[in-house]
Amino acid sequence: MSNEEIGKSRRKFIKKAATVGSLLVTTSLFTPFNAVVYAVERPKDPSKTWWGYGIDIEKCIGCGRCANACKTENNIPKQPFYFRTWVEQYTIKNDGTVKVESPNGGIDGFVQSVPPEDIFKAFFVPKLCNHCYKSPCVQACPVGATYETPDGVVMVDETYCIGCRYCVQACPYGCRYINPAKNVADKCTLCYHRISKGKTTACVEVCPTHARILGNLNDPKSPLVKFMKEHTCLVLKPHLNTGSKCFYNALSGEVR
Amino acid sequence: MPPQLKRLIPLFAIFIFLFLAARSFLVPKSFGEQGHYRFNSIAENKEKAMIYAGKEACDDCHSDRIQEMETDLHKGISCETCHGPGSAHIANPDSIKPMIPKGRDFCGMCHSLNPSRSKLVHQVDLKEHNVTENCIECHNPHLPCQMKK
Repeated sequence: MSNEEIGKSRRKFIKKAATVGSLLVTTSLFTPFNAVVYAVERPKDPSKTWWGYGIDIEKCIGCGRCANACKTENNIPKQPFYFRTWVEQYTIKNDGTVKVESPNGGIDGFVQSVPPEDIFKAFFVPKLCNHCYKSPCVQACPVGATYETPDGVVMVDETYCIGCRYCVQACPYGCRYINPAKNVADKCTLCYHRISKGKTTACVEVCPTHARILGNLNDPKSPLVKFMKEHTCLVLKPHLNTGSKCFYNALSGEVR
Repeated sequence: MPPQLKRLIPLFAIFIFLFLAARSFLVPKSFGEQGHYRFNSIAENKEKAMIYAGKEACDDCHSDRIQEMETDLHKGISCETCHGPGSAHIANPDSIKPMIPKGRDFCGMCHSLNPSRSKLVHQVDLKEHNVTENCIECHNPHLPCQMKK
């Protein structure tokens, strides 16, 4: 091959490569790469609902009525370790160590096992599904049995779940479990059967100190938006970018 | 047309047809309407029965009690916090009565002495305070500031 011919074929190659490259760049502009596949976007229409949840740690007294009401409302087996919502008692000792207790999810109440003189700070942290809008559990489901509703509630389709437990592992907040009676994944539905009829969730209904707040994040007048305005609210594990919609007031760094 | 294609094209057509046929049977109704899930599942989740009726439902018959409670420290607490779920009672008001908690342990869930609890809640040491008696023998749970004796 003469030098001239090599020059021609090289030019041809560069032209082709440039066309393909520019095509790739332009198409990627139309559909930008997104690692989060099944996320539901917050509705732009302010009249549509976008459910969120607030927890005021300062108000929680650890009575565990929420965990009890949740089990009753949603027919969850009474034996321990299956909770849609539960309460944890955090005790930060003077030496800096942290003790976390949750006997039977708090349903039978709490006893402080650390002597008062050793306690630096102690408080209760209620936990439940954070209803993330970029949920790791929804991403992990191989069959599409768990999903985010258009109004921002993460739910399980129990007739379609195959019980593979991927979502139980994927949830960084430990909010899922396998229902021993049905052998499918189960979790907080934010009492969808109640909130869609205008009622509040069972846990919010029974909370005696109003430490739990359910609200529509799209409604500027909702109690949740008011709560978030008045307090410095944080979500659990923000570095995981799960899009959690469960906002805690007075959340200490020790809480995991 | 080369003979390879002549044989492969009908074979592939059969495969694609079988795949589409199997898919139409296996994919449930309403799957994919709004996303990668069965849309009817939302309606099914909505249908579940409510066990807790809500304070507004109690207010239909017992508004006097609720108004009475608003005058004292236990204001704002839902009836079902202590009395348990009320839907069954509303369906059969005469035969099914809500629970009336009587034990010391029940009141202690909120009021037993615990450094973790907010100081805004009155707390007592259940091991020392009138150990033999139930709380409601002296205290009126609806009007906690009023003593019965």
